[in-house]
Amino acid sequence: MKIIATALEGIPGIEWYPIIGLFVFLIFFIILIIRVMNINQEEVSEFSQLPFDKGDTFVKDPTNHIN
Amino acid sequence: MELQKFTYDNKIARLFMNATILWGIVGMLVGLTIALELVFPLMSGGVSWLSFGRLRPLHTNAVIFAFVGNGMFTGIYYAAPRLLKTPMFSELLGKIHFWGWQLIIVAAALTLPFGFTVGKEYAELEWPIDIAIALIWVVFGINLIMTTVKRRTKHIYVAIWFFIATFVTVAVLHIVNSINLPVSFLKSYPIYAGIQDALVQWWYGHNAVAFFLTTPYLGLMYYFIPKAANRPVYSYKLSIIHFWALIFLYIWAGPHHLLYTALPDWAQALGVVFSVMLIAPSWGGMINGLLTLRGAWDKVRESPVLKMFVVAVTAYGMATFEGPMLSLKSVNALSHFTDWTIAHVHIGALGWNGMMTFGMLYWLMPRLYKTQLFSTKLANVHFWLATTGMLFFAIPLYFAGFTQSLMWKEFTADGYLKYPNFIETVTQVIPMYYIRVLGGTMYITGVILMIYNLIKTAKSGTFVPTEDDEAPALEAQPVHVDKGHRILEGKPLLFTLLALGAILIGGIVEFVPMFMIKSNVPTISSVKPYTPLELEGRDIYIRDGCYTCHSQMVRPFRSEVERYGDYSKAGETVYDHPFQFGSKRTGPDLSREGVVGGPMHKPNSWHYNHFLSPQKMVAESIMPPFPWIINNDLDYSSIAKKISVMKTLGVPYPEGFENQAKDHLLKQANEIAQGLRNEGIDVADTKEVIALIAYIQRLGVDIHKTDGSSAFTTK
Repeated sequence: MKIIATALEGIPGIEWYPIIGLFVFLIFFIILIIRVMNINQEEVSEFSQLPFDKGDTFVKDPTNHIN
Repeated sequence: MELQKFTYDNKIARLFMNATILWGIVGMLVGLTIALELVFPLMSGGVSWLSFGRLRPLHTNAVIFAFVGNGMFTGIYYAAPRLLKTPMFSELLGKIHFWGWQLIIVAAALTLPFGFTVGKEYAELEWPIDIAIALIWVVFGINLIMTTVKRRTKHIYVAIWFFIATFVTVAVLHIVNSINLPVSFLKSYPIYAGIQDALVQWWYGHNAVAFFLTTPYLGLMYYFIPKAANRPVYSYKLSIIHFWALIFLYIWAGPHHLLYTALPDWAQALGVVFSVMLIAPSWGGMINGLLTLRGAWDKVRESPVLKMFVVAVTAYGMATFEGPMLSLKSVNALSHFTDWTIAHVHIGALGWNGMMTFGMLYWLMPRLYKTQLFSTKLANVHFWLATTGMLFFAIPLYFAGFTQSLMWKEFTADGYLKYPNFIETVTQVIPMYYIRVLGGTMYITGVILMIYNLIKTAKSGTFVPTEDDEAPALEAQPVHVDKGHRILEGKPLLFTLLALGAILIGGIVEFVPMFMIKSNVPTISSVKPYTPLELEGRDIYIRDGCYTCHSQMVRPFRSEVERYGDYSKAGETVYDHPFQFGSKRTGPDLSREGVVGGPMHKPNSWHYNHFLSPQKMVAESIMPPFPWIINNDLDYSSIAKKISVMKTLGVPYPEGFENQAKDHLLKQANEIAQGLRNEGIDVADTKEVIALIAYIQRLGVDIHKTDGSSAFTTK
């Protein structure tokens, strides 16, 4: 273990790799949440009905799902 | 708006449906066979291709790639055209995909039992089959993405995103992990070695679970649960968030398969952190699936389809909670190498994949044949058999796992291992293996009932080869101002590239440091390449799937060091193409087997007799006999080529050694065989067992060397 740690220490900036990874994810996730929250509610409702055919009389109970 | 008429092709969905049923029962029966072999070790009757080590890879490959693979394609070829309001891009590509995939499965069934294997779990298939998989996968991908491009819906439904992510990621995983250098038509060595090979393999292995067993089935969940419950998905916004979070996080989690191994600590820590974070998106999916049924639970009581889906999604939730828990180092220290892992994966396979597939088939068959399900009662019986069978399978294995681990780690008051003899920890869990067989039998009985039910259903109706539909052309639909996530959803190619980017980031962050250190890899000066005879022996070890029951990785725990010897170092495996750490200890770890004076060492004659009859040497052993290794002549015709390939891969054999390899092999074989003959064992120099003994006796030797002697100096 030690011998690997020694070898890894030789890579410039190795200690930042995991931090960069987490940081990339965090930024990505925050942007994603903001964008998703901005989607129009009616549109979202429309998307969620895509699996249904025109003839389907599916349940569209607004109290049942939040979308 | 003018409506365009088009038709959906049910024929291709039916082909995949039949294939998933056929391969499902085959894969499960092979699983039952190997479960029986663990309680009746002589069952294989000395037939090589029926032995546990050869059939276990067949079971895993058949269930993952044949049963679940065809299951996902059934769902995709049925759902994607309907969600995108267009026929699949090309019927011809669909047919090539179907027949190509079945041919690959047949090729796997014809090679794995006969020992043609790379020796990396879930990636055992040899290089020509790997190439075929890559080509057929690309055919599938083109067909899927072009169908998305040709769609008549503005929005691409969430299920399709999961299908696209599946295509992209599996392509990357498969190609990166399968880069091998061929020795012959059905023999190759991976270009990676030791700890690097392990990292690549478990990056692949873990994400095969993520992107072959999870994401496509989440896609199916998002289509079939709303259809079967007749209500839209609970939260569409949640589906967007959980999709991106899931694919981004999953790819980092692979190193949790290598905790406490010689993998660097930072990589292990990375694997743990991302595995724990994975609970959030996984449970986001589970909650979304289950809450879609909110207000429809009365239907669940009546519908076997919905019952199956509920158990599937619940099992998904259980497995994805357990997975992160197993990734915690303290829990993993207990669970790894035990039956706990087997229980965990079967909650996923039998519960999540199995039940989703069954539910989908019960829903689909009556629709494809325009009829009613033949027997709801029979389907309910199947449901209970599958659910209880799964519990009878998994719960005993949890107990077996705890028992093994605690027994391996228990010390007496005087500081000695309480169960120093490994076999004690095996016999203790045999009753659990019997109950596992019962659980598996119940589960398969349910599948047989399903097959009967589905055949009767099909016979009671008439197949509908195509279905008509109509929708306005995409261009004719009103243009919304795209904002937020919608920009992505309207551009499938950009979407595909972003999904690719998300999954590549994790892989690159993990791999780059590992491969950058290749030039200064922590080589241990006493660790030398295998001799030609040992290399041949190692190939026999791989061929017969020894890694399916024996690990070669002593973790740095006192209990393991006491039992096996010094803990494993990364530098020991730098010439191991492929690595053979293993993932399960049905038998003991072998990495210190050759250390004379170590706790594991046995003489050559013991190994010879043990391969001939394990029960003769250890009465309660559940290892099968390997008479073919005793009887077969060693085929060393390609040893020069093997040495050459190893040299190309960077193994430092001396210049021109490939030309001396045969003589070296024969000389070492003669020394071992002569030793056995001196002990009264009548054996020829060039039997396979001699090579295997040479390999086994080499394990762990190098790091204990103090005299600096070379492996190439035979005594």
